[in-house]
Amino acid sequence: MNTGDLSTLLIWGAATAFTVALIAYAVDLARIAEGSQRVKQPALVSAGAGGQVSAAAGSADQRAPSRSVKAEGIARSTHYVGIALLFGGIVLRGFAAGRWPTANMYEFTLVAVFWATLILAIVQRRRIIAFLSVVVIGLAVVALVVALNWFYIKADAVQPALQSYWLVLHVGVAIAATGIFTVAFGTSVLQVLKSYREEVTVEDGNAARRALGGRRFSWLEQVPSGRDLEAMSFRLNAVAFVLWTFTLIGGAVWAEHAWGRYWGWDPKEVGTFVAWVVYAAYLHARTTRGWSGRRASYFVFVGYAVVLMNFTVVNLVVTGKHSYSGL
Amino acid sequence: MSQYRPEGISDVFTEPADGPEGPKPVVQGIGPTGWLRWAWRQLTSMRVALLLLMLLAVAAVPGTVWPQRAQHPERVVTYLTAHPTLGPLLDRIGAFNVYSSVWFSAIYLLLFVSLVGCILPRTKVHLAGVRGRPPRAPRRFGRFPAQGDGLSDETPEELAQTATSVLRRGWRLLPFVPTYRVEARDEGDGTWSVAGERGYLRETGNLVFHLALVGLLISVATGQVLHYRGQMIVVQGRGFANSQGSYDTFERGTAFAPTSLVPFTLKLDDFESRFDPDTLASRDFTAHVTLTEPGGEPEAKTIKVNHPLDAGGAKVYLQGNGYAPDLTIRDASGKVVAGGVTPFLPQDQVYTSKGVVKVANVEDRDKQIGLIGFLLPTKKTVQTPRGPAYVSQFPEPNDPVLVLNVWEGNLGLDAGVPQNVYELDEARMTQLEDAEGDPVVLVVKPGETVELPDGLGTLTFNGLKRFVALDLRHDPALVYILVFALMAFAGLATSLFAPRRRVWMRFVPGRDDHAGRTVVTAAGLARGDDVGLQPELDRVLAATLAPSPGPTREDREGTP
Repeated sequence: MNTGDLSTLLIWGAATAFTVALIAYAVDLARIAEGSQRVKQPALVSAGAGGQVSAAAGSADQRAPSRSVKAEGIARSTHYVGIALLFGGIVLRGFAAGRWPTANMYEFTLVAVFWATLILAIVQRRRIIAFLSVVVIGLAVVALVVALNWFYIKADAVQPALQSYWLVLHVGVAIAATGIFTVAFGTSVLQVLKSYREEVTVEDGNAARRALGGRRFSWLEQVPSGRDLEAMSFRLNAVAFVLWTFTLIGGAVWAEHAWGRYWGWDPKEVGTFVAWVVYAAYLHARTTRGWSGRRASYFVFVGYAVVLMNFTVVNLVVTGKHSYSGL
Repeated sequence: MSQYRPEGISDVFTEPADGPEGPKPVVQGIGPTGWLRWAWRQLTSMRVALLLLMLLAVAAVPGTVWPQRAQHPERVVTYLTAHPTLGPLLDRIGAFNVYSSVWFSAIYLLLFVSLVGCILPRTKVHLAGVRGRPPRAPRRFGRFPAQGDGLSDETPEELAQTATSVLRRGWRLLPFVPTYRVEARDEGDGTWSVAGERGYLRETGNLVFHLALVGLLISVATGQVLHYRGQMIVVQGRGFANSQGSYDTFERGTAFAPTSLVPFTLKLDDFESRFDPDTLASRDFTAHVTLTEPGGEPEAKTIKVNHPLDAGGAKVYLQGNGYAPDLTIRDASGKVVAGGVTPFLPQDQVYTSKGVVKVANVEDRDKQIGLIGFLLPTKKTVQTPRGPAYVSQFPEPNDPVLVLNVWEGNLGLDAGVPQNVYELDEARMTQLEDAEGDPVVLVVKPGETVELPDGLGTLTFNGLKRFVALDLRHDPALVYILVFALMAFAGLATSLFAPRRRVWMRFVPGRDDHAGRTVVTAAGLARGDDVGLQPELDRVLAATLAPSPGPTREDREGTP
């Protein structure tokens, strides 16, 4: 077995560890839902009297009994083991190829998953946010399996156009930004659900919103408030946006070196630009009256969709100068 | 104008301190100027900026859906041929020139007008704010996101002085630069208050970011106007001079100055390539050239893919490479009629290279000869039902061979239409066949000479040389583009991460239970979400209350 095979084995190990973590997080989430349904009963009755479903009710003291300590322990440890295995796999991949391991779609996916799971671990170092973990780890497992089965190519040296230190800076920063955008996306999803639940009344005419206020989504009582999630999502998006800006500028500098022009509306450049503009709109929307809060987070959904499309569709379907998938 | 507040900054940060806005202007039948003002206000509003941003994002997408003339003119032609009805329609709305179309330009120009219209008043407000004093402590602290309180034995005035020096304390790494701008104020009745503000850098960064974007746009436009770009194929052993005429294609901006073409010369001495033996993927390309700048000595230089050569204020990029066989064609009498080093263009990964040799016969235009075929750098023989055939199996010239077909007739050189030297116009030519009626195939190795059919003469393959495709660019605006891009980046990071905070403290002489002591209250406000606000307020409060608690307490305990 050579270094490249060992790397692949470690990546499979990471995917397995993350799958276990995903199950454990899901169990934790189910336990929270179950627990808060029991706790929530009286609050719903009072809400039936015409008030709003109180958001503050399910916090602090009711939190402890409704979480599964065992599941959280398993989730946390397998999550960390997954990160360690993934890191080992990426490093070995770099040794096997004899270069920085961010040159094709397979490696890009590995490193992006590494960043997303690492940021997730940092975000919830004090308190586990089970739903966020389910979203992010779920995406991570899918991404790893897709990468191993469809994006995999043999570890090898790269063509002259990629032989530059910008492979580390430009691609590395783009990957980190993608990873952070992923966690921010999960946070925004949670924020939208939570903020609907905070507002919804039992008499609400919209069935979907009424369901959000109902028992099935009572686990939402356990997550931070909509405002806190919004703040968290903003902080993550702000960091990722600055990194994305660097990706654009660094990419332009590299393109000027390698291709003789700093900007040429290559499909990947267009995709990166569109994502940048959408996230810029998000930052503006946050400070615009009538667009802040939940409506601003819709920009995050659009922006993240563009980031994903820019990675998958542009690499696999469209041909451009950035077609480095090796597939 | 002092009442002007762009929508974007009227968030909670400015509300409590600045007090209520002035009375709204009464609209009295707005005339044309009123409408203009209304339109301007709409354009510079954040809502319209948001709309324009999203429009820009959407408008950029068609450029990846349809081929673009600027990047791939040949694909546009293919598309137009394949879609005879839809194609011209799309062409009319600019689907093949998205990024230079009227609508795309309109969106980003409007966006920039909106940006300038929003940023200039903000700059004015900010400049006034930077010169001004921190806003006075509001009467009530109850509604602020961060609060704190405490008791002290010192007098309000002493405490105000302590708080001032605590807030003025510098950064940990830059101890001489105060963090807060502070003002202490005697509010009467023995009450003192302290107001502090930090983070002017946040708004500065924001403004720098937006103004840098304007600078970036102007630099890019300037570069477009002043740039030039030339492309050419240079064969090993030959060179070229940097003048408009020596390029195969030359493109320039509208205000391009011919003096920006520095007349250096460049000669290709050698070219090296390296390929992976298993995957055939390229690993290295290096062109060894001799550069002679005007008035300078010839210098040996290299050009690689990520390492362009700086020459005469321009950059020379290595964009392609290939093989150029050195051929000699003689007629039946042995006279050299054509030949030279002829570039063959690579068609695939194994450098199966296509090329044409034209023998123009001026005496009899219908007796001209065209040789068309392929150069195979490393020959591999495959058996086909019609006999052996050759393919290339490796991009390096390990066993090169030329495989050519022969055509006779009129090359069409006199048609007045510029001809592609890499194509053969076969309209008025016939392919020569052997006795069995099969097309004649000439197979030549370096050093060999073969007979042309029908006694037309001979072809000699003298040897194989390399060629490179070079791309030369000069854009005087590059350095400005980089500077503005970096300014935008620095401004953006500052505007997102530098905290803007206001801190107020009030020191009131205590009554009743606290008679003789001082009641301290504090409040903090930040722009946007700021997790560090409350900790900072706590830190400032603690430092103010306990600068030197030891001696004070001992003194009091000492006096019963």
